[in-house]
Amino acid sequence: MNTLPKKERMKIPRQPMPEQPPLERNANFEEVNLGFTEELAMLEANRCLQCPKPVCQEGCPVGVQIREFIGLVSDGKFGEAAAKIKETNVLPAVCGRVCPQETQCEAKCVVGVKGESVAIGRLERFVADWERDNLGLKPFIPLEKKGKKVAIVGSGPAGLSCAGDLIMRGYDVTVFEALHELGGVLIYGIPEFRLPKEIVAAEVEALRKAGVDFQTNAVIGFTDTVDELFQQGFEAVFISVGAGLPYFMNIPGEHLNGVYSANEFLTRVNLMKAYDFPNYSTPVMDVRGKNVAVFGGGNTAMDGVRTAKRLGAERAMVIYRRSQEEMPARKEEFHHAVEEGVEFHYLTLPLEFVGDENGWLTGVKLQKTELGEPDASGRRKPIPIEGSEYIQEISMAIVAIGNGSNPIIKQTTPDIETTKRGTIKVDELNMRTSKKGVFAGGDIVTGGATVILAMGAGRTASQAIDEYLQNPEIW
Amino acid sequence: MYKIISAEFLAQDIKRFVISAPKIAAKRKAGQFVILRINSHGERIPITISDSSTEDGTITIIVQGVGKSTKEINLLESGDSFQDVVGPLGKPSHLTNFGRAVVIGGGLGTAIAYPIAKELSNLGNYTIGISGARNKDLVILEKELSSFCNELHIMTDDGTYGEKGFVTAKLKELIDSPTPPDFVLAIGPIPMMRAVAELTRPNKIHTVVSLNPVMVDGTGMCGGCRAVVDNKTVFVCVDGPEFDAHLVDFDILTRRNKTYNTQEKEALHQHTCKTEQAIKQLSHQEIESNLASGGTV
Ligand SMILES: Cc1cc2nc3c(=O)[nH]c(=O)nc-3n(C[C@H](O)[C@H](O)[C@H](O)COP(=O)(O)OP(=O)(O)OC[C@H]3O[C@@H](n4cnc5c(N)ncnc54)[C@H](O)[C@@H]3O)c2cc1C
Ligand SMILES: Cc1cc2nc3c(=O)[nH]c(=O)nc-3n(C[C@H](O)[C@H](O)[C@H](O)COP(=O)(O)OP(=O)(O)OC[C@H]3O[C@@H](n4cnc5c(N)ncnc54)[C@H](O)[C@@H]3O)c2cc1C
Ligand code: SF4
Ligand code: SF4
Ligand code: FES
Repeated sequence: MNTLPKKERMKIPRQPMPEQPPLERNANFEEVNLGFTEELAMLEANRCLQCPKPVCQEGCPVGVQIREFIGLVSDGKFGEAAAKIKETNVLPAVCGRVCPQETQCEAKCVVGVKGESVAIGRLERFVADWERDNLGLKPFIPLEKKGKKVAIVGSGPAGLSCAGDLIMRGYDVTVFEALHELGGVLIYGIPEFRLPKEIVAAEVEALRKAGVDFQTNAVIGFTDTVDELFQQGFEAVFISVGAGLPYFMNIPGEHLNGVYSANEFLTRVNLMKAYDFPNYSTPVMDVRGKNVAVFGGGNTAMDGVRTAKRLGAERAMVIYRRSQEEMPARKEEFHHAVEEGVEFHYLTLPLEFVGDENGWLTGVKLQKTELGEPDASGRRKPIPIEGSEYIQEISMAIVAIGNGSNPIIKQTTPDIETTKRGTIKVDELNMRTSKKGVFAGGDIVTGGATVILAMGAGRTASQAIDEYLQNPEIW
Repeated sequence: MYKIISAEFLAQDIKRFVISAPKIAAKRKAGQFVILRINSHGERIPITISDSSTEDGTITIIVQGVGKSTKEINLLESGDSFQDVVGPLGKPSHLTNFGRAVVIGGGLGTAIAYPIAKELSNLGNYTIGISGARNKDLVILEKELSSFCNELHIMTDDGTYGEKGFVTAKLKELIDSPTPPDFVLAIGPIPMMRAVAELTRPNKIHTVVSLNPVMVDGTGMCGGCRAVVDNKTVFVCVDGPEFDAHLVDFDILTRRNKTYNTQEKEALHQHTCKTEQAIKQLSHQEIESNLASGGTV
């Protein structure tokens, strides 16, 4: 155990993450963060005070045993640390990279009260990467087979975590995925430079080795309906189809060529690898030397704008109607974007897209706003300033203002109750829907949220599915 | 992998494939499509399901080589495979016994309209087919259509086969006849569908068109396939592909389908250089004219 006195530990500064230089990385798609070395990781782990009451854990939606795993890291027991994390989180390499730690685990860390909190996310990432590089992914060791089949619809973080848990519990698990690749937003939305696809693929491979059956090109509702899954012998179905129905702003000109939803832009670039066109056949508009504006202030907006920069945009701008404080994006992504030369235009509202006679986008009419009283979301509402309109020249616009719910399940399974927003209604304690044997979780229940919340939902559902299948009368 | 059971050219650049895809075969209804990918580097290409056989577990598709991906597809032979085939996607056609139904296919649109015409006939409609092509060599599915259509009119632009003239000339005749159509379905190049919509609008004849925007996922996730119908944004892959012709904004549709013209030309050029041998028949002029008209579908 680490014997460094508390005072000494407090003196260690938060260790910076080694990363690619900004002006190099903004022209490539390789990962920005290079990861801690063993030395850096142990040094950072020494900053943890090993609190008798580790409040950090309360900040984690899945309750990772943070104090314990960090203690193991400071002792150099990286493999054991990995096992400790995996008791509650099956995708640590992903979460260490994409969780909004500053509002979750790290927000609670006591070291952060006076100074900078322990870099829990970076340590989690280090441990997961270390395990993968040195031990290979540990196979899941399923319990004795129960001889019952469960279907999981959608292979995003909610579906994958549920699949992992259920296979461990001894169920036969089949994951149905509409796309040709597995991972959901992790594969089509979040770019390579933030989350290498190799990592997602390795996690999927580990599940496959444990016996999870993955069926790609299967759009449930069309290829098979939920009822047909039951007819095929599945005894429970977990629906984790994500949010994935892009909102547009409903302003004039949104149909001009060059106006993309973030989902389309990112899918073309990430999933279909349009950055390597024509080696890969899917094109994306050529933005080299041109201006690109991204509308929104979340992670999706940051991913869109940094991707546009990497594709060679001359000016890559974020247009956000509120101010910097209200931006929901992860802090690290914001800082990275600034370093990479992304421009931020706050308190600016798009009014209209303008185009040329051939229907190509040439600019956007913007208006300045000022902040008024807080609205329903608790954020101060932007109020337009009359007479402040101006036109910004752009060739591509990326709309990243959020997603509604995909309608396919709703349309094809009317007996699953949904809310007005189209999300699926569940009992939060056990993720049960209104249809017997059907559970749901992740973005399709909460609306666009986070990877870790989706994984947490998958986990809760797996427990509930287990209880239900052991004793179906309880429904 | 989805194995190709048979592959044959119906006309120059138009090839029919029978693919093993039992699940899709069992499920699909007239008007639905699949998205396929030739290999790990391929685009996701939407193609209508032309026919299916539940016994053999196969679906039939008809592909016109208009750009890199479709020309690549048309190099495949029986025994080859597609990496991915997903479907059936889109809403099935809403069909009933309308009475007199006219089904118009322009160019490759004939292949897309074919399954719907067949279904209309099964439902007891007096089914009139109008199939347009640029010339005799490009006429497709005549035998198949004539096996169930009550009337079939072949129209060629140059008069080398059937009657000389556009499909709309024949439609006009039918509208002006003592027994005008109760229902019109038109599938083909956008200018043709627009012209049909204008012809049937004054008499308020129920007219449906099938739209073909550029698609990526085909599940409503990307919004790339959006079109404007009745002044509202629709996602064609999940809300369509068929819509009331009188409500479609054809201008927006035409423009959006040209988004990738520059890149497509580049891709096609590289593809052409690589496979010059295999697709000698491709004339540059033809590509240009395809690009100019927003595709020949
Ligand atoms: C660009 C972007 C960046 C983000 N960045 C972050 C971040 O940094 N940190 C963070 O915590 N969160 C981030 N998020 C949010 C996070 O990715 C989501 O909250 C999370 O992925 C939701 O997981 P899920 O499993 O519910 O759904 P998804 O990940 O959306 O997966 C759903 C899957 O279901 C499939 N599917 C849909 N319909 C069907 C059907 N009918 N049949 C079969 N399969 C179907 C889809 O193809 C998809 O693969 C980001 C989101 C986006 C879009
Ligand atoms: C629902 C639906 C059903 C379809 N059914 C069939 C079918 O049964 N058989 C068939 O051959 N094709 C069909 N298409 C069209 C087919 O998907 C396109 O021809 C194909 O995507 C073009 O790809 P490409 O790389 O070969 O050509 P590209 O290089 O992408 O394009 C070449 C030319 O075609 C135009 N084009 C691109 N995409 C489309 C499109 N979606 N529709 C029309 N023109 C386009 C381009 O503007 C360009 O002028 C369908 C499309 C949709 C949306
Ligand atoms: S899973 Fe996310 S929130 Fe939980 S400890 Fe890890 S980084 Fe923090
Ligand atoms: S709150 Fe901070 S210092 Fe305390 S155990 Fe958690 S990580 Fe360590
Ligand atoms: S193709 Fe992506 S939403 Fe229709």
